[in-house]
Amino acid sequence: MATTKAFQKTYTQLEAITKATVSLKAKGVSNDELAVVDGKLAQVVKTKGDMVTLQVFSGTEGIPTDAEVSFLGEPPTLKVSDQLAGRFFNAYGQPIDGGPEIEGEERQIGGPSVNPYKRRQPSQLIPTGIAGIDLNNTLVSGQKIPFFADPDQPYNNVMAMVALRADVDKIILGGMGLSNDDYLYFRHEFESAGALEKIISFVNTTEQPPVERLLIPDMALTAAEYFAVEKNEKVLVLLTDMTLYADALSIVSNRMDQIPSKDSMPGSLYSDLAKIYEKAVQLPDGGSITIIAVTTLNDGDITHAIPDNTGYITEGQLYLRADPDSGKIIIDPFRSLSRLKQLVIGKQTREDHSQVMNAAVRLYADAQNAKTKLENGFDLSDYDLRCLDYAKEYATRLLAIDVNIKIDEMLDTAWELFAKYFSKAETGIKQAFIDKYWPVN
Amino acid sequence: MSKSTGKVTGIVSNLVTVQTDGPVSQNEICYIKIGDTKLMAEVIKVNGKNAAVQVFESTRGLKNGNEVEFEDKMLEATLGPGLLSSCYDGLQNDLTTMTGVFLKRGEYTDPLDHGKLWDFTPIAKPGDKVIAADWLGEVKEGWLPHKIMVPFSFKGEYTVKSVVPAGQYNIDTVIAVLTSEDGEDVNVTMTQKWPVKVPIKGYKEKPRPNRIMETGVRVIDTLDPIAEGGTGFIPGPFGCGKTVLQHAIAKQGDAEVIVMAACGERANEVVEIFTEFPELIDPHTGRHLMERTTIICNTSNMPVAAREASVYTAMTICEYYRAMGMKVLLLADSTSRWAQALREMSNRMEELPGADAFPVDLSAIISSFYARAGMVVLNNGKTGSVTFIGTVSPAGGNLKEPVTESTKKAARCFYALEQNRADKKRYPAVNPIDSYSKYLEYPEIRRYLSDTVTEGWVEMVEKTKNIIRKGKEANEQINILGDDGVPMSYHEMFWKSELVDFVILQQDAFDPVDSVTPMDRQRYMLELVLEICDREFTFDDYEKCRDYFKELINLLRQMNYSEFKSDNFNKFHEQLDKLLDNGNN
Repeated sequence: MATTKAFQKTYTQLEAITKATVSLKAKGVSNDELAVVDGKLAQVVKTKGDMVTLQVFSGTEGIPTDAEVSFLGEPPTLKVSDQLAGRFFNAYGQPIDGGPEIEGEERQIGGPSVNPYKRRQPSQLIPTGIAGIDLNNTLVSGQKIPFFADPDQPYNNVMAMVALRADVDKIILGGMGLSNDDYLYFRHEFESAGALEKIISFVNTTEQPPVERLLIPDMALTAAEYFAVEKNEKVLVLLTDMTLYADALSIVSNRMDQIPSKDSMPGSLYSDLAKIYEKAVQLPDGGSITIIAVTTLNDGDITHAIPDNTGYITEGQLYLRADPDSGKIIIDPFRSLSRLKQLVIGKQTREDHSQVMNAAVRLYADAQNAKTKLENGFDLSDYDLRCLDYAKEYATRLLAIDVNIKIDEMLDTAWELFAKYFSKAETGIKQAFIDKYWPVN
Repeated sequence: MSKSTGKVTGIVSNLVTVQTDGPVSQNEICYIKIGDTKLMAEVIKVNGKNAAVQVFESTRGLKNGNEVEFEDKMLEATLGPGLLSSCYDGLQNDLTTMTGVFLKRGEYTDPLDHGKLWDFTPIAKPGDKVIAADWLGEVKEGWLPHKIMVPFSFKGEYTVKSVVPAGQYNIDTVIAVLTSEDGEDVNVTMTQKWPVKVPIKGYKEKPRPNRIMETGVRVIDTLDPIAEGGTGFIPGPFGCGKTVLQHAIAKQGDAEVIVMAACGERANEVVEIFTEFPELIDPHTGRHLMERTTIICNTSNMPVAAREASVYTAMTICEYYRAMGMKVLLLADSTSRWAQALREMSNRMEELPGADAFPVDLSAIISSFYARAGMVVLNNGKTGSVTFIGTVSPAGGNLKEPVTESTKKAARCFYALEQNRADKKRYPAVNPIDSYSKYLEYPEIRRYLSDTVTEGWVEMVEKTKNIIRKGKEANEQINILGDDGVPMSYHEMFWKSELVDFVILQQDAFDPVDSVTPMDRQRYMLELVLEICDREFTFDDYEKCRDYFKELINLLRQMNYSEFKSDNFNKFHEQLDKLLDNGNN
């Protein structure tokens, strides 16, 4: 991103300074345009008469009222070309890996949306080997889906695992408020998988100012659009952690005296998040952008505005949960959902997929009821006991995140568990499938 | 009247302040020039010479001082043949004729094809006295007779001076000349414009709805039916199947025209409609679903201000077809996104907020929108209807939030989707106890159901709901006192409610047979289930009770999966009868 332009106008009198914004009198300024305030990058967020308000990405600490302000005449941009592959960048799109500057076409980030009519229906299954995903919540290219996880859960590890197993041309990591350790973890995982050449990273770590994070998703998705639209590639974008992104949004709106809505979040949170997630797309010429994100929860609270709005935007969500019975981290089958799974299950997978999946989860729900009875001190019936045994084995062999098997194997495992613990009628599966798949022994 | 102009003096996101040089009106449309493009905007507040306008596009790059032209008209929809099978954005731009993969700012496309020729047949004759919305002629739009009407904006009585003979004309051809009471001749073409925020009247009266609109969804048709010309809403947390349920209604709903407003929702859901509807067959007419469908699509990443416009544009198109005497169904997903768009704007204008920062008049806006639905008697005595079902996405799944509460006051049917049922994969996850249809209280609807379904149908429905209610109570007692701590009758009561739940309430939207249940089949199954529930059983212990009912449920579900009265269906029916005859011991 250039910091000098020929037509710069310089101002030296700030009228107001808050923690995230500065205001000054200036003329001919355009909305969303970048500026440099006392050497720091800033963006126009409001104009009123001659008064212009700028959001300073790295914070306003130490900015004096006579700071030098120059306007750059255009919104944030990223230079795009094949040279992006294998590189690490900061929130401004500048290399942080010691490599050379990128040469390429300069593109405004946060560009327009794809015409919905030009989209294609996502149709390609993304296998991950994890049964909690492939069996119960199958992923499809062009989908957008977050992990909902408490901060202590290994969401970044699961995400890295999913990314490296997925059959895609490019993986783009957008790290927001990533701890330095996690950043190095991703870097190490990508390097040791020998996959560095297809990975591009835009990283803002916890050591860097929070407002800078607001640029990360748009940077990552501008790069993604280059490869998906121009090169017809299958691109997987990883965004972690979107909760920290939303927190940065609330900081800015708070500093601009906007009336907060639920949970001190800006009233525009839904639209702000949708603008990012809706970049996920299956394009007509074969390219696609799939987004897997992380939204960390506060003590599992999904009614908080951030996960709540996210859930309404994304095509499902994957919950990580520690299961005390099996001692494993599992993908919670109740709250997790992949909305696009219907497009592939039973079509690109075996015909019995849908019914097996539903029966397995229903029986798991019965086990939860039995558990409640047990906790309330009641005697358990034979059926309850069978459900509990089934639940434990189901969690260990299919829901746990350390499972890595093919989808047919997952289905066979489920049938095996049905036959081991239940009668045919108890599964409630369509007779035709029972006749065909019920294990004989 | 000359049009006013102005200059931009302030910008916060898509709220722009314009200093004007002449009169402007509330909700007037204006265009803001930026380079070679023009951005459409709507006046939402005027203060002295300053007009606050909401821009329907991104305001990136806009500068103070940019010129603004006012249009001296409100946001209008273009009405005429060719609306069906179209796909519009919230401002009625045709998305299919836009160039490029990405939406271009300031690209506005024509909603209707001006070149296409339509087979016109006159209805009115020279000398006929006509008023606004009277039929002058018709063209075949797909298989539907699309009436060409006296424009809704015409006031007073007109005399038909001439009508073109039957033949092929495009929408701009003058098809009739009318003479006003003042003796002035006016030309009428096949197309007219109408401001979307103003309801289209042009009908004689708006009676109470008096018949049911079938959806093929049992939990709606059987338990809480929606009336033709009625209103309903579906609130539910994410992941509870709002969209699946709405699409099911769109596919199976017994309507002649369907308008789907995808308002601030996922683009892929609209793609699903584009992809599937052209393939799907309307169960009522055997024609392709797309032929009777118009899509208004303003997905969540499209400009926020156009979200509000999208629901109004959709309603205006519905009212237009209703004036032709058609049965129209409007589905809007989701009205919460529209309310959020209002909130964003109100917030930027620094208005004093109401509950949850929504504008204080939210409730009034929602109820006046729902009031536009309804059945009408046209001037010629024929009837038309707009049935409206909206979804609501309550924040945090909490139904005590402003949008849900406001909608509850306005809509007559309430289909509460419940997280708990969704978690258990009991789809559609409509809570049978909380949900209601006020139409079941209408004597004319009760009579209609008695006449068309079966004598005493509403009583059967009430009985069914009672079984569910009692089952729930029994289950609570079992959970508190334990399996052995309650009389056997509690277990029986609980399992009878489970029988209703699994066989009547739950329905597999993805199974080719189970997904659509015609009314006669719904009656058949309900009678069968109630007959079983009427039986007295004697069980030795609760496990036997459970096992027995599980077997009953399994057989009835297999029947649901089989073609009605097919060999397979009959086979499971026989097994069921045998199980019932043998009794429970």
